[in-house]
Amino acid sequence: MTGRADLKEWVRTGSPWVWLTAGTVSLSLCMVVGLLLLIAVNGMGHFWPGRIAAIDYREPDGTRIKLYGEIVDREEVPAARLEENGYRLPDGVVTGERLLIKTGNRDVYGLDFRWIAAPGMERIDYPPALLAVEREEWGNAYGYLVEVRENGRAITTSDTDGPPLAEVQARLDRKQALKEQIAHLERGRIGAVSHAIEQLRLEGRTLELRGQPDPGALQALKDERLALEAEYERLRAELVALGHEIERDSLQLRLAGGEDLTIPLAKVVRVYRPNEMGTFDKLGHYLTKLAEFVADGPREANTEGGIFPAIFGTVLMVLIMSLLVAPFGVVAAVYLREYAKQGPLTRTIRIAVNNLAGVPSIVYGVFGLGFFVYFVGGNIDRVFFPESLPAPTFGTPGLLWASLTLAILTVPVVIVATEEGLARIPVDIREGSLALGATKAETLWRIVLPMASPALMTGLILAVARAAGEVAPLMMVGVVKLAPSLPVDGNFPFLHLDRKIMHLGFHIYDVGFQSPNVEAARPLVYATALLLVIIVVVLNLAAIRIRNQLREKYRASEH
Amino acid sequence: MGGAVRGTALEGEAAVATVRELGVQESKAHRRWRLLEDRWTRNLMAAGGVAVIITILLIFVYLLYVVLPLFASASIQPAASYPVPGGPAETLSLCTEEYAEIGLRLTGDGRAVFFKTRDGQVISDERLALPEGVRITAHAAGDPHAATLSVGLSNGTALVFRHRYSVSFPNDVRTLRPEITFPLGPAPLVIDTDGRPLIHLAVQSQDRQTTLAAVTEDGRLLVTSFAVTRSLLEEGETITRQAATIPGENGPITHLALGLLQRELYTASGDGSIHYYDVTKKTAPTLVDKIGAVGHGQTVTTMQFLSGGISLLVGDSAGGITQWFPVRDDRQSYSLSRARSFSAQTHPITRIAPEFFRKGFAAIDGSGTLGLYHTTAERTLLVQRIIESPADSPVEAVAMSPRADALLVEDGASRLRFFRIHNEHPEVSWHSLWGRVWYESREHPEYLWQSSAATGDFEPKFSLTPLALGTLKAAVYAMLFAVPMAIMGAIYTGYFMSAGMRQIVKPSIEVMGALPTVILGFLAGLWLAPFVEANLAGVFALPIVVPAAVLLAAYLWSRLPEALCRRVPEGSEAALLLPVVAAAIFTALVAGEWLEAMLFAGDMPGWLTRELGIPFDQRNSLVVGIAMGFAVIPPIFTISEDAIFSVPRHLTLGSLALGATPWQTLTRVVILTASPAIFSAVMIGLGRAVGETMIVLMATGNTPIMDWNPFQGFRALSANIAVEMPESEVNSTHYRVLFLAALVLFLATFLFNTVAEVVRQRLRERYSQL
Repeated sequence: MTGRADLKEWVRTGSPWVWLTAGTVSLSLCMVVGLLLLIAVNGMGHFWPGRIAAIDYREPDGTRIKLYGEIVDREEVPAARLEENGYRLPDGVVTGERLLIKTGNRDVYGLDFRWIAAPGMERIDYPPALLAVEREEWGNAYGYLVEVRENGRAITTSDTDGPPLAEVQARLDRKQALKEQIAHLERGRIGAVSHAIEQLRLEGRTLELRGQPDPGALQALKDERLALEAEYERLRAELVALGHEIERDSLQLRLAGGEDLTIPLAKVVRVYRPNEMGTFDKLGHYLTKLAEFVADGPREANTEGGIFPAIFGTVLMVLIMSLLVAPFGVVAAVYLREYAKQGPLTRTIRIAVNNLAGVPSIVYGVFGLGFFVYFVGGNIDRVFFPESLPAPTFGTPGLLWASLTLAILTVPVVIVATEEGLARIPVDIREGSLALGATKAETLWRIVLPMASPALMTGLILAVARAAGEVAPLMMVGVVKLAPSLPVDGNFPFLHLDRKIMHLGFHIYDVGFQSPNVEAARPLVYATALLLVIIVVVLNLAAIRIRNQLREKYRASEH
Repeated sequence: MGGAVRGTALEGEAAVATVRELGVQESKAHRRWRLLEDRWTRNLMAAGGVAVIITILLIFVYLLYVVLPLFASASIQPAASYPVPGGPAETLSLCTEEYAEIGLRLTGDGRAVFFKTRDGQVISDERLALPEGVRITAHAAGDPHAATLSVGLSNGTALVFRHRYSVSFPNDVRTLRPEITFPLGPAPLVIDTDGRPLIHLAVQSQDRQTTLAAVTEDGRLLVTSFAVTRSLLEEGETITRQAATIPGENGPITHLALGLLQRELYTASGDGSIHYYDVTKKTAPTLVDKIGAVGHGQTVTTMQFLSGGISLLVGDSAGGITQWFPVRDDRQSYSLSRARSFSAQTHPITRIAPEFFRKGFAAIDGSGTLGLYHTTAERTLLVQRIIESPADSPVEAVAMSPRADALLVEDGASRLRFFRIHNEHPEVSWHSLWGRVWYESREHPEYLWQSSAATGDFEPKFSLTPLALGTLKAAVYAMLFAVPMAIMGAIYTGYFMSAGMRQIVKPSIEVMGALPTVILGFLAGLWLAPFVEANLAGVFALPIVVPAAVLLAAYLWSRLPEALCRRVPEGSEAALLLPVVAAAIFTALVAGEWLEAMLFAGDMPGWLTRELGIPFDQRNSLVVGIAMGFAVIPPIFTISEDAIFSVPRHLTLGSLALGATPWQTLTRVVILTASPAIFSAVMIGLGRAVGETMIVLMATGNTPIMDWNPFQGFRALSANIAVEMPESEVNSTHYRVLFLAALVLFLATFLFNTVAEVVRQRLRERYSQL
């Protein structure tokens, strides 16, 4: 009796509703934390070397096969689906387990992932000698090292169970050194020569476009070009020699099916035996992979290797955007708050600016493509770069247009934040300054702007955070899945605003959704997402912190 | 603004003057410098500020500038006029080459006269090799892309030929050389074995197959087909001939038309009826349908195919034009259906000239009036009298240039008139963007978005309705999830939560709002979608289990000894509930798995499809709703929370002092006061949901379907732009329609945000009054 009365009383106070509203807050927090954890766990786990299992497996038709690979996922599926595939389960069992095995060796087996049903697994162990070979193409290879070859002849070693890993490692180091030489040659000297040749071609074209070219000047250009082409041929020969050198070694791997696979060392990134690695070895491996991820370029259609070009592109783009957006945003805010007459017009403009912060980013992308790329860029090409037409210079998506579009996209954020900061500065401070004889400009530069600087910073940080995570407009105005070269290099004018760039956010979209091998790409996407989340969250927390401090500061000055 | 600038200038001078009066020592140069600095700063700020504001306005103006040409109507200008080149024989037909530089006139005495359209200068005058004593009794033109022409002769034979133009650059001058070729050889082909004259003719020739339909002088309808085969062993080609006579016609045939794929034959009779024959089997044609094409007392005056060879355009004696095409019904049988009609002209339609690539055409009537139309858009783009003097009527022949930018007309006074047409975007009208359109070969009018295809004469389907509906669907599902969560969360955080916790919760939610949507989309597509598919029952159990668990925990808490309760500070229920909610989610998912195994044989999506007939896509609206919730909850939460938190204290304290419980105070005082802000928060959330791109792009299948099934995907306006914009050709109709989609998004979000902003400003004023 009292229980029911209590319940009634409890409901009457409205307490259940309060708890329910509290529950939504808890749920929201759970969602945020869960999401961040999901990204963190999946993103960080990617670089940890997984053990390679050797599995004896019975196919549904009864044939027995051997599989080497990492177990990357497990899931429960309805029993019916397993039974469709020919596995009998005990009666009364409604779900069965299946495992996703990364078997690697895509060049041999066609696929590098396969699902297997747990009931078909007969034996599983982790032999320490199993070798994982990370390659530049075709993904990983798993198997036993049989022999190391030099110029196609096996190296004799005293070891009975195959050559030692150290032998491979030494040769890998040699290959790495050669590879660096090649890269240096290609990007440095050959790059410079081809750049110079292209410049000469454009110069010649300019002379032609002016009409009546001077034969002497043309001859000079031609001589210069011949000299450069000779230089190019010489470098080319050097490159070919290095290429032969690097292809000297190969290794022989015995795969799960019993066949041997020859892998040229030139295509090998690293070899390791995860099953015999201790925790510290694994940690070392982890850190190496992490460094590779941050500092190297992508391989295999972006599904392997690093994301350095994407980081570089994102940072550079955001930097250029900040250079544009900070002064203009602040000037506009100062004008609106300090100089413009406050009236219906200013109020309308303020509402418009506020609203622009809520206009979908894709609309800015459409505008950027139509106005900047095709209209402005097309006209720049006609006026300044007629010699390279019809190949567009600025009339095509590129770094400059991406930065400009983002600047327009984020300028309302900076304006709103700065204006808010300016509005918070008490009028008596301004009036005090004016009363002491300062001009309005002096008051602005020495009093108002310094006091508003934290708000300005908040606005800029928020703008940068938004720009770093924005993808939709960038897909149209200059971000591509694979840029052939970085926008900064050793050739004049060093910063190439017309080049296309790679971008972290677009990388996630592209690798996660456009990649032919989504399964292989997924861990890398998680890692990239983690990096992006860290950048954005840190920037936002910084902005929130600065804003809160600012509020405290003025709350103190008000009382 | 100008006034303000002047005002501040005075202020600055006044300030400097004050300094001088105070007797502070200051050099003249320095003073001037300070004034200059003040003026320059003012100018800089004004210029910069106005520039930024103009740039922002530019977005709207530019979008509009790109979109507006879509709705412009057509115009036509006379470019030249000259006597018919090649002498005063009857003109059978007129054609032009692609750039309308060279025209071809086929005369009744069997000559092909090529001439410059600019001035009528004859380039070449070729006589067709007709047998002795035979004259031309009929003529026909095939599909314009193949440039096939044919003449029927008085001995029951026909000649098939093409006109071609080869480009060469002698001395760097672009030169076109026209020529006539004979795909079936220069000798006439036997059509009527009886040798009677052919009085009507229709022809189509594609690759190696050529079909002719003809009506003989004695009224027989014949179908003859020629296939060219090239054997591997023997030299040369062999031509096989198949023929049939179609019996039984009502009244004399006045017009013939043969479908592009040589499968349909249409005949118009003097009584205004049209017969539709299937001639797929050339030896055994069958009658499919027979319809009355024109009104009572009227006759068919012209019959032509629209580009693509599917639709038939029929002009009648009252000036009306109707479009017909075969439509398949439920029983897989075809009938000829009237899709639409145009009635802008009043005199009998004498000539119809279809465009080559688009579904538009020009029609000329007996009064010399030209009409330009587009079928898909149902647009009448131009109706203009182009031949003024009645003596010059009627029009003898007309040719549309392949690029639809020029028109060649021969008037009744044997003069050729060359016109330039400006008609950039006829495909789009208000109706075709938002209404149901009956596209060719579809069973009924419908909303479709299909912007491109491999073939050139494809009918583009630019209906924004399915895309707008997709956007709306995404927004609705997202709001269903986000609005209750965000508002209830805001109520708790703004009114009940302790200050310490609030300092943690608010930034967390703000961080949630700052998460790049590409990450949300990626997780939704690659993690959440498979997860929801595998745990569908569990996901449905969540909205029941979680609130139940929360209420249960709350009740148990209220039963705990008071001493214990008092140890926990007030306003930290949310923290206490964290483990409860986490456990409830886990329980719901486990229970869901069990439920799924018990009720749905372990596969609820499969069960939905099998038992209820609800199709299930892995990437569906439910997933989008949840993922977009992440993006939409934070703005709604933040704005509502701010409003609830800043409800003046004296209002709530007064209510509590009068004996209301906190919950009563909340519902009757706080929420009422803050409701405009909550409304504006919802509007802003809606604006964000409508414009969101990456989540809808990655978490749905992007198929433009129209339904409200939460288990199926959609294609949103924003995602559509992202997918199609990079491939769209600059300034094409498709490009401009995508800009229009962007403009629609822009206006929609601008509207939502303005409403929200105005409401919020009102509220701010009210707060300051309270």
